[in-house]
Amino acid sequence: MSYKGQFRVWRGDSDGGSLEDFEVEVNEGEVVLDIIHRLQATQAPDLAVRWNCKAGKCGSCSAEVNGRPQLLCMTRMSLFDKDEVITVTPMRAFSVVRDLVTDVSYNYEKAREVQAFTPPEKLQPGEYRMQQEDVQRSQEFRKCIECFLCQDTCHVVRDHEENKLEFSGPRFLMRIAELEMHPLDAADRRDTAQDDHGLGYCNITKCCTEVCPENIKITDNALIPMKERVAGRRYDPVVWLGNKLFKRGK
Amino acid sequence: MTSTETGVYAPPRARLPVPSLRTDRWWVPPLLTVVGLSIFVIYATFRAFQQNYYWVGDYHYLTPFYSPCMSNGCLEGAAHFGRFLPDHPLVPYAALSLPLLLLFRLTCYYYRKAYYRSFWLSPPACAVPEPHSRYTGETRLPLILQNVHRYFFYAAVIISVINTYDAILAFHSPDGGFGLGLGNFILVGNVVLLWCYTLSCHSCRHVTGGRLKHFSKHPVRYWLWTKVSLLNTRHMEFAWITIGTLILTDLYVFLVASGAITDLRIIG
Amino acid sequence: MTEVERHNYDVVVIGAGGAGLRAAIEARQRGLTTAVICKSLFGKAHTVMAEGGCAASMGNVNSNDSWQVHFRDTMRGGKFLNNWRMAELHAKEAPDRVWELETYGALFDRTEDGRISQRNFGGHTYPRLAHVGDRTGLELIRTMQQKIVSLQQEDKAEFGDYEAKLKVFQECTITELLKDDSGAISGAFGYWRESGRFVLFETGAVIMATGGIGKSFQVTSNSWEYTGDGHALAARTGASLINMEFVQFHPTGMVWPPSVKGILVTEGVRGDGGVLKNSEGKRFMFDYVPDVFKGQYAETEEEADRWYTDPDNNRRTPDLLPRDEVARAINTEVKEGRGSPHGGVYLDIASRMPDEEIKRRLPSMYHQFKELADVDITAEPMEVGPTCHYVMGGIEVDPDTGESTVPGLFAAGECSGGMHGSNRLGGNSLSDLLVFGRRAGLGAANYVESLERKPVVLQSDIDAAARSAVSPFEPAEGEGARENPYTLQHELQQTMNDLVGIIRTADEIERALGRLAEIRSRVRNVVVEGHRQFNPGWHLAIDLRNMMVVSEAVAKAALLRTESRGGHTRDDFPMLDSDWRNRLLSCRVSGEDQVVPDVVVEPKEQVPMRQDLLELFELSELEKYYTEAELTTHPAAQGDTA
Repeated sequence: MSYKGQFRVWRGDSDGGSLEDFEVEVNEGEVVLDIIHRLQATQAPDLAVRWNCKAGKCGSCSAEVNGRPQLLCMTRMSLFDKDEVITVTPMRAFSVVRDLVTDVSYNYEKAREVQAFTPPEKLQPGEYRMQQEDVQRSQEFRKCIECFLCQDTCHVVRDHEENKLEFSGPRFLMRIAELEMHPLDAADRRDTAQDDHGLGYCNITKCCTEVCPENIKITDNALIPMKERVAGRRYDPVVWLGNKLFKRGK
Repeated sequence: MTSTETGVYAPPRARLPVPSLRTDRWWVPPLLTVVGLSIFVIYATFRAFQQNYYWVGDYHYLTPFYSPCMSNGCLEGAAHFGRFLPDHPLVPYAALSLPLLLLFRLTCYYYRKAYYRSFWLSPPACAVPEPHSRYTGETRLPLILQNVHRYFFYAAVIISVINTYDAILAFHSPDGGFGLGLGNFILVGNVVLLWCYTLSCHSCRHVTGGRLKHFSKHPVRYWLWTKVSLLNTRHMEFAWITIGTLILTDLYVFLVASGAITDLRIIG
Repeated sequence: MTEVERHNYDVVVIGAGGAGLRAAIEARQRGLTTAVICKSLFGKAHTVMAEGGCAASMGNVNSNDSWQVHFRDTMRGGKFLNNWRMAELHAKEAPDRVWELETYGALFDRTEDGRISQRNFGGHTYPRLAHVGDRTGLELIRTMQQKIVSLQQEDKAEFGDYEAKLKVFQECTITELLKDDSGAISGAFGYWRESGRFVLFETGAVIMATGGIGKSFQVTSNSWEYTGDGHALAARTGASLINMEFVQFHPTGMVWPPSVKGILVTEGVRGDGGVLKNSEGKRFMFDYVPDVFKGQYAETEEEADRWYTDPDNNRRTPDLLPRDEVARAINTEVKEGRGSPHGGVYLDIASRMPDEEIKRRLPSMYHQFKELADVDITAEPMEVGPTCHYVMGGIEVDPDTGESTVPGLFAAGECSGGMHGSNRLGGNSLSDLLVFGRRAGLGAANYVESLERKPVVLQSDIDAAARSAVSPFEPAEGEGARENPYTLQHELQQTMNDLVGIIRTADEIERALGRLAEIRSRVRNVVVEGHRQFNPGWHLAIDLRNMMVVSEAVAKAALLRTESRGGHTRDDFPMLDSDWRNRLLSCRVSGEDQVVPDVVVEPKEQVPMRQDLLELFELSELEKYYTEAELTTHPAAQGDTA
């Protein structure tokens, strides 16, 4: 059942690099990461790649296969024709470190800027009571394995390096939505979503949802509901008029 | 095109000679979107300004493109809510509802995705670079106005009620009693699908329950939200289906009203 | 002199899984400057793989639960070899640790009345596992990751710098622990994986939280990180390792396709109603209830099925026996020719509940089988077989503080030993991380505060560590063949899997030791290509040394223990031996070789269980495990003689 597969793997670092051709054995049931490992063990021992669980649970082996952002461990070889040349490159929205490894520190910086869970003042540990239907929405977002494929594919930063300053990306806008919908979170996160994390940059073109390996409906369940909540606070003319007329507001 | 120093070509990123390595036919979906939306816009514009063949007096069929008919030029039977708009070639007979419906669809979260991708190429497909050197999204005018979508949703609900009223009035026979023809099935089917599209709207999902922090304290709204959420997962499908049914419905009324075909009658 | 990037911290935590993060949170909350070092990216630790849940006797689902019941279950699961003090602390403190997570923002599944829901699991008397679907480990790691961010935000507000008191050094490997002349910990030396540059942490206290050793076995649910770094580093620093012969093989790992062999299938499948069947369609677990558990498990399929809905009046299904029993049963079924086509048995949930229910309760299992094996678990049974999952053995620590036998070296989580005895119950790992992670954090903080002067790092130690780290780039001239690290790793894994695996014999272990000695002699000749910047070949060459040390410890201890108990099964000594219950095997390193030192194993006595804890058990149960002489203090025994 095994055959020789044709691979093109990007090798290099931030100074430059190129696609290198390899011919590698492919066996039944394998995924692209298996092939990368076989390359390491046989032809390119110093080929750099991140991976951990190899079961789609840790989100380490993010890269691009034939131009599509994917987890290498969840991309089955049976998806491709046997004579197809399979191109594997690092994620193209981030600086490259070496070979398939990229510098994902942008994501950790953005994570740190999202105000943490703000516990309710009066409740002690053990006194938290929440209904399943109230936690379910946030639980969907907490399935996120932080593979950063959504961040990689989002054109706001992929195509515009300069937007990284003001835009936190789908992963962390979803994190804000998660906290906003958390039944016991005490903070109001609508203004900060718009002002500090760039929710307005999102034009809901849904690539984040398309690439999510956890099948989280990022756009429909996190980003759009968050936009609606912001709209309710900031762009609703009736609310705006009410605030003007009755001198309410902050 | 994208400058060679930004986006995926920005220096610290992996140097690759091509903007995208996608090997599939990623350009097909945006192309189909352009074709589909263009057909609708051209057809709808033509019909909106035609000011004829919108009402079948015998059976009380009124096309949704002329509902509510409020121009002084409207045929008397077609105008269920009075006639007061000036009769002018550049003012469609349904000049109150059409702009609202247009804006409802223009600011719809699905259509936004569709035209941002296909007309504005921002981005044309996932992981395919967009051809613009700057991008500010919906952070400033005019696109920041997309945020008032929910008001067009409210308007769309009212117009859907009117469309429903039209469809009910259309159970009419030439002798004044109850009548039923193929046109009724088309009108009712269209209205049902318009409701599906309208109620599956993301703003509708927000106002029915999405804005709540505690579903458990609002069981009825939670129930509504779950139903709207179910519809919402098919918002895109309804967006395209209703484009089809609107054209079909209008075309049917057009053809019957113009005498090109006769309605297939079952009763009366 | 070696060029080294230097950092100074009060406490250094090695490992950013559940135990490491919980320890770091505690140390930072005590006001100490704390560094967390991890080989992978922050948030990718192996804790994410834990699926089923976190055991804590909160009694939310069955109010009969209490710490005493949890303690008893834990001791039984470990076949009474556990460090009873650790089991006691664990059972008592687990509920507080879980509730604490909610204040960090964790969202567990809920009961009807809004409390944390709890599920059944193998070996636990009552539904006890707090969970989130089947991704509980991810929830834990993310929650603590976000708590760390929260603490950093507080520091930013106070000091203007997120990293003023708590910093995560990700993709950084520690290769050596350093001691001052008094023998106390003075620092940790390592390299950045990205650049290959050296880094030194000067610190008074190091907390080991590096997880397990599963990568030494070929079929394993563990990731590449699980090379036993903490075990080996601690041993090389002079600490002792205990219980290394006890390796848990999870009964249900995937067996097909080959590239995913070993990946875990959560015990939650069985907890929620899935049953094991052989190729004849028979639920074979009813035939494998061992004597010590007789009477505690259902004897008919009807009773077992009733138990899911009416647990008070029925006994639980033997599909939920402790993991060692189930793994051995599957092994026997396959050996006797009743296995599935790919050498496993069937785990059937498809015929037991509606499709939608399966997808709701076990979403990531559904996803995993669909994506990796093209199997729809709502329509057909899974094929499963044992996979190396967890090591009960680890660094010997003080139960209350987590301190090892080396001053300043602490350990928590999987890399520490004792808590689980000879076999760990499912769900006790996540609670172990939280309870002892916190305790190690506290222990280290107290230790550092009590130090009169900060231990000093010797330059000569730094130079030696640096030389050792780069030696794979500079092979010795003329000595033997140049070895490929990948080949050696593969041979090591094969040896451990085949000869020191789930069923062991003296003969096979001795052969394994022979092969290990041969591999060890070749480890010195490992050569890596390329340069130090993110070079996986080099990384493996260094990790390989640690894998050698722990593999030898496992094999040598396994040879000495001439009985079968929990995660250690000897075909030539198939019975539990009460004389062995109280004896721990303690491994230390010796000899001249600094890179891959020799391992020596010595038996030592365990401290007898405190009287009030002993009295929590019926005499009749203890008699199955203890020698008569050990039980004379039990009230029931005294009643007999009176």
